[in-house]
Amino acid sequence: MRALLNQRFITLIVLAAVIAALPLIFPSSYYFRVASLVWVSALAAIGLNVLMGQAGQVSLGHAAFFGIGAYAVAIGPTHLGIPPWAALLVGAVLSGILAYLVGRPILRLKGHYLAIATLGLGVLVALIITTESRWTGGPDGMPVERLTLFGWRVSGSYAWYWVTGGLLLVGTWIALNLDETPTGRAFRALHDSEVAAQVVGVDVARFKLQAFVIAAVYASFAGSALAFMNGFINPDQAGFLHSVELVTIVVLGGLGSVVGSIVGAAVLITLPQALTIFQEYEHLLLGLIIIVAMIFMRNGIVPSVSSLLIRRTR
Amino acid sequence: MAEFLQFLISGLTVGAVYALVALGFTLVYNASGVVNFAQGEFVMLGGMVTVFASAAGVPLPLAALIAICAAVVIGLLLHRFAIEPARGASAVTLIIITIGASILLRGLAAIVFDKQFHKLPAFTGDTPVDVLGAAVQPQSFWVLGGTAVVVLALYVFLEHTITGKAVLATAANRLAARLVGINTSTIMALAFGGSAAIGAIAGILVTPITLTSYDVGTLLALKGFAAAMLGGMGNPVGAVVGGLLLGLLEAFGAGYISSTYKDAFAFVVILIVLFAAPQGLFGRRVVERV
Amino acid sequence: MKSKTALKSLLVAGVMAFGVSQGALAQGTVKIGSVLSVTGPSSFLGEPEDKTLRLYVDKINAAGGVAGKKIELVIYDDGGDANKARTFATRLIEDDEVIAMVGGTTTGSTMAMIPVFEEAKVPFISLAGAIEVIDPLRKFVFKTPHTDKMACEKIFEDLKKRNLTKIGMISGTDGFGASMRAQCVKVAPNYGMEILIDENYGPRDSDMTAQLTKIKNTAGVQAVVNPGFGQGPAIVTRNYAQLGMTGIPFYQSHGVASKSFIDLAGAAAEGVRLPAAALLVGDKLPESDPQKKVVTEYKQAYEGATKQPVSTFGGHAYDGLFILVEAMKRANSTDPQKIRDEIEKTKGFVGTGGIVNMSATDHLGLDLSAFRMLEIKGGDWNLVAAGS
Repeated sequence: MRALLNQRFITLIVLAAVIAALPLIFPSSYYFRVASLVWVSALAAIGLNVLMGQAGQVSLGHAAFFGIGAYAVAIGPTHLGIPPWAALLVGAVLSGILAYLVGRPILRLKGHYLAIATLGLGVLVALIITTESRWTGGPDGMPVERLTLFGWRVSGSYAWYWVTGGLLLVGTWIALNLDETPTGRAFRALHDSEVAAQVVGVDVARFKLQAFVIAAVYASFAGSALAFMNGFINPDQAGFLHSVELVTIVVLGGLGSVVGSIVGAAVLITLPQALTIFQEYEHLLLGLIIIVAMIFMRNGIVPSVSSLLIRRTR
Repeated sequence: MAEFLQFLISGLTVGAVYALVALGFTLVYNASGVVNFAQGEFVMLGGMVTVFASAAGVPLPLAALIAICAAVVIGLLLHRFAIEPARGASAVTLIIITIGASILLRGLAAIVFDKQFHKLPAFTGDTPVDVLGAAVQPQSFWVLGGTAVVVLALYVFLEHTITGKAVLATAANRLAARLVGINTSTIMALAFGGSAAIGAIAGILVTPITLTSYDVGTLLALKGFAAAMLGGMGNPVGAVVGGLLLGLLEAFGAGYISSTYKDAFAFVVILIVLFAAPQGLFGRRVVERV
Repeated sequence: MKSKTALKSLLVAGVMAFGVSQGALAQGTVKIGSVLSVTGPSSFLGEPEDKTLRLYVDKINAAGGVAGKKIELVIYDDGGDANKARTFATRLIEDDEVIAMVGGTTTGSTMAMIPVFEEAKVPFISLAGAIEVIDPLRKFVFKTPHTDKMACEKIFEDLKKRNLTKIGMISGTDGFGASMRAQCVKVAPNYGMEILIDENYGPRDSDMTAQLTKIKNTAGVQAVVNPGFGQGPAIVTRNYAQLGMTGIPFYQSHGVASKSFIDLAGAAAEGVRLPAAALLVGDKLPESDPQKKVVTEYKQAYEGATKQPVSTFGGHAYDGLFILVEAMKRANSTDPQKIRDEIEKTKGFVGTGGIVNMSATDHLGLDLSAFRMLEIKGGDWNLVAAGS
C-alpha cells in the first residue's frame, strides 16, 4: 500500500518538477504557448482516458464537451453578463449534465455502435454551435473575455503556462487517485468484463455513466482554458477532427495510463510544430509517424517504453 | 410528387456512394475485425487518379481501370505494411493506425496530385432526364446501376465461389478457418484489395456529379462508417441499406425539414434506430461469451 | 516506476526542444511572415496566396530586395485551423521575429491572430473577406480583399438595375458563406430587396438539388444569390442547370473568382453573374483602364509559373505584399511601427483588386467601383456593360 501511495505521489512531483523546469529552457513565449496547448490537451485526454482506458468505453465525439466548456465561457460573459470564472463552472456543470442525460441511453450501446453514437453526438453539438450564430458567432467563432481571478487579469503566454500547468496537476492528481478508489476498481472491472463485473455486483450502468460524466467535465475545463487563453473560440474545437485527435492522443500515449495521456499530448501537439520545416510533406510524415508508432508501440508509448525498461533492468 | 421524386433520386444517388463505402468497411471488418478509416481515401483515389490519368492523355475507360488498380495496390500495401505488422494489437490501436494511414494518403495525394477540385465528364452526357417531373442527371443512373452491379458481383463472389466462401468462413471464426486450411492472411489482403476496388469504383462513378479533390475522403469515411453501423456492422446487406437510408435521410431532411440541420436529422435518426436496435438494422445479435 | 515519469519528462522536453530557433537574423535580410490555409477546407483560397507570395518574393529579391535588404519569407500552413493559426502567429512574432505579416486566409484564422499582432505592434495585412476584420478598426490590422458587405451591395445594385427585387438565397455554412449571407440579409432593405427563401448547404456537400428544388417551388422568386466558395457553388450551379432553373438570374459571389469555377461548373455556368476584381477580365479591359497593366502582368506571371488559372485570392496576396513593400520603401526602415504608419498612408496604389486609398479610418482602401460586375459567357468572364 505504501509503495503504491508513493508511486502516485512521485508521478505528481515529477510532473510538477517538469512544469517548473521547462521554462528554464524556453527561449521565447512561443514555447510557453505550445506547452500551454500541451497541458490543455493533456487535461482533456486524461479525462477521455478515464472513459476509454479505465472504463473501456469508446467516444468519438468527445470534443463536444470541450466545445461546450469553451463556448460557455464565451457566451456567458458576452451575452449573459456572468463573470468569467462563474461561466467556467457553469460550463463544467452543463457538460456534466449533458453527459449524464445523453449517457444513460447511449452507454447501453457497445463497441463500434457506441463509437457511432458518440460521433453523432459530437456532430450534433458542433452543428448547433456553428448554426446558432446569434449566440455563438457562427462558423467564424467569437471573441472571449479574459479570465480575471481575484482581480488578476490572466493573459499572456507566461501566465497561461502556469495556470494550465496547475490545472493539469490537479487533473492528474484526481485521475491517479481515482484509479485506487472503489470507483476506479469498478471501472477496471467493467473494462475487463462487463458480465463478470455485473455478476460480482458492480452496477455497470451507473459506473459507465460516472466515467462518462467525469470525462466530460475534464474536457469542459480544458475547453474553457483554451478559450480564455486564446481570447477567441471557434466551432472547430468541438468538431469531429478534434475528437479524433483526442482519441489518438489517448491511444498513442497508452490507454489506461494517466502519464500516457500527457506524453501523447506532448507528442501530438509539438510534432506538427516541429514538422513545419517539411512544408508540404508535413501531413505525410505525421501519418507515417502515427502508423509506425502504433505498430511498434502497440499499447501506447508509455506502457511500451516502461515494459521495455522493466525487461532491460531484469 | 415531382418534388418527392427529386429528393428520392438525389438521396439514392448520394446514398449509393455511402453504400459502397459502407460495403468496403464491412468487407474489411468481416475478414479482419479492423474498422478501416482510410476507406474514404480509396474513393478519393478512384476519382483523382482517373482525372489525372485522363488529363495525361489516357482514354477515360483505361484511366478508370488504372485508378482501380492503383487503389487496389494501395489497399494491399496498407494491409501488408500497416495492418499485418500490428496483428494482435487491440481494436483501438488498429483504428488509430488506419487513421494515420488516411492522413498519410491525404498528404500523399496533396503532393502527387494537387489541392484543386476536379471533375470527370459524365459517362453519357449532362442532359437531365425527366422522370415524372424530377430532373435526373444521367450519371445518377450509372451510379445506381454500378452500385447494383458491384453488390451483385460481391454476392455472387461470396456465396458461389470457393474464395468467397473462405472470406465468409474467416469472418465467422478466424481460428476455425485456419484450422480448415484457409490462409487467413491472404484472405485479409484480398478483403483490403477488394474494398479498395469497391471504393475506387464508387469514386469513378460519382465524381462526374460530386467533383473530387484530395480531401473528400474524410467526410465519406465518416458517413460510410455511420451507414455501416446503421445497417449493422458486418452485414453486407445492412451496409447497402444503411448507405441508401443515410442518403435518403439527408435528402429528405434538407427538403422537408431544414437544410441547415439535415446532418443533425440524419444522425438523430441513426441514434434512435440504434437505441431501438443496438446491433443496427440487420446486425446479428452478438452472443457474448462470458 | 520513477523511470516512467523521468522518461516522460525527457520525452516532453526533447520533443519541445525540437523547435529551437536556428540562428539570428542574417545581416541584410528582413523577415516577413505569413500564415495561410494552404491545406484544409480553404486551400482553394490559400494555395494561390502561397504560390503568389513565394513567386513575388523571389522576384523582388532577384531585383535586389527592398531598400537594399533581401526578404526572407516565413510561411506556415494552419490547415484552416484558427487555433493553429494563433500558435503560428505567436511563433512568427516571438521565434521568427517578423516585421510584418501578410496572411490570414480565412476570417476565422484572422480573427484568432489579430490580438497577437495588435499586442506585439506588428502590422498585419489580412487576406480574409469578412468586414469584421477592419470594422471595428484596429491600428495594426489592414486587409486587401473586398468585404463581403461590398459583394452584397454590388449584387443588389445590379439586381435593382434589372428591376429584380424578390430573391432566394442559398449559402454555404462555412465562414465565408455564412458571413456574406448575414451581410446580405443586413443590407437587403437598403436596396429594396426581399429575401423570400433562405437555404443552406454544408461546404463539403455533394448534392444541393433538395435545397434548389425548394427555391424553385417558391412562388415569386426572381433571382437567386449563392454566397459561398470552393466546390460548393460549382455543384450548386450544376444542380441549378440540372433542375432547369437557368431562366432565373443566378448570382455567385466573389468566392468563386477563378477559372476553375467555370471549368467545374461547365455549361451550367453560362449567364451566371458575379462581382469580382478586374483581374479576371484583364484582357477585356480598355487600354485606358488604370488596372490593366498590373492585372495583365500578374496573370501572365502567375499562370506562367504555376500552370494554373489565376484567381483573385492570389491577387489579394499580391496586393498585400506590394502594399507592404511600397510602405517599407517609403518608410526606408524595418521598424514595424513606421511601416504601419506608411501602410496607412497608401494612396493611389494600383493593385489587382482595385485602386487602394487607405486612411486612418479606412484600412481597406477600396470602394464599390473596385468590384466589377461580370457575367460568364462562352466559358469566359465578360464585363457587364453599364446599363445592361
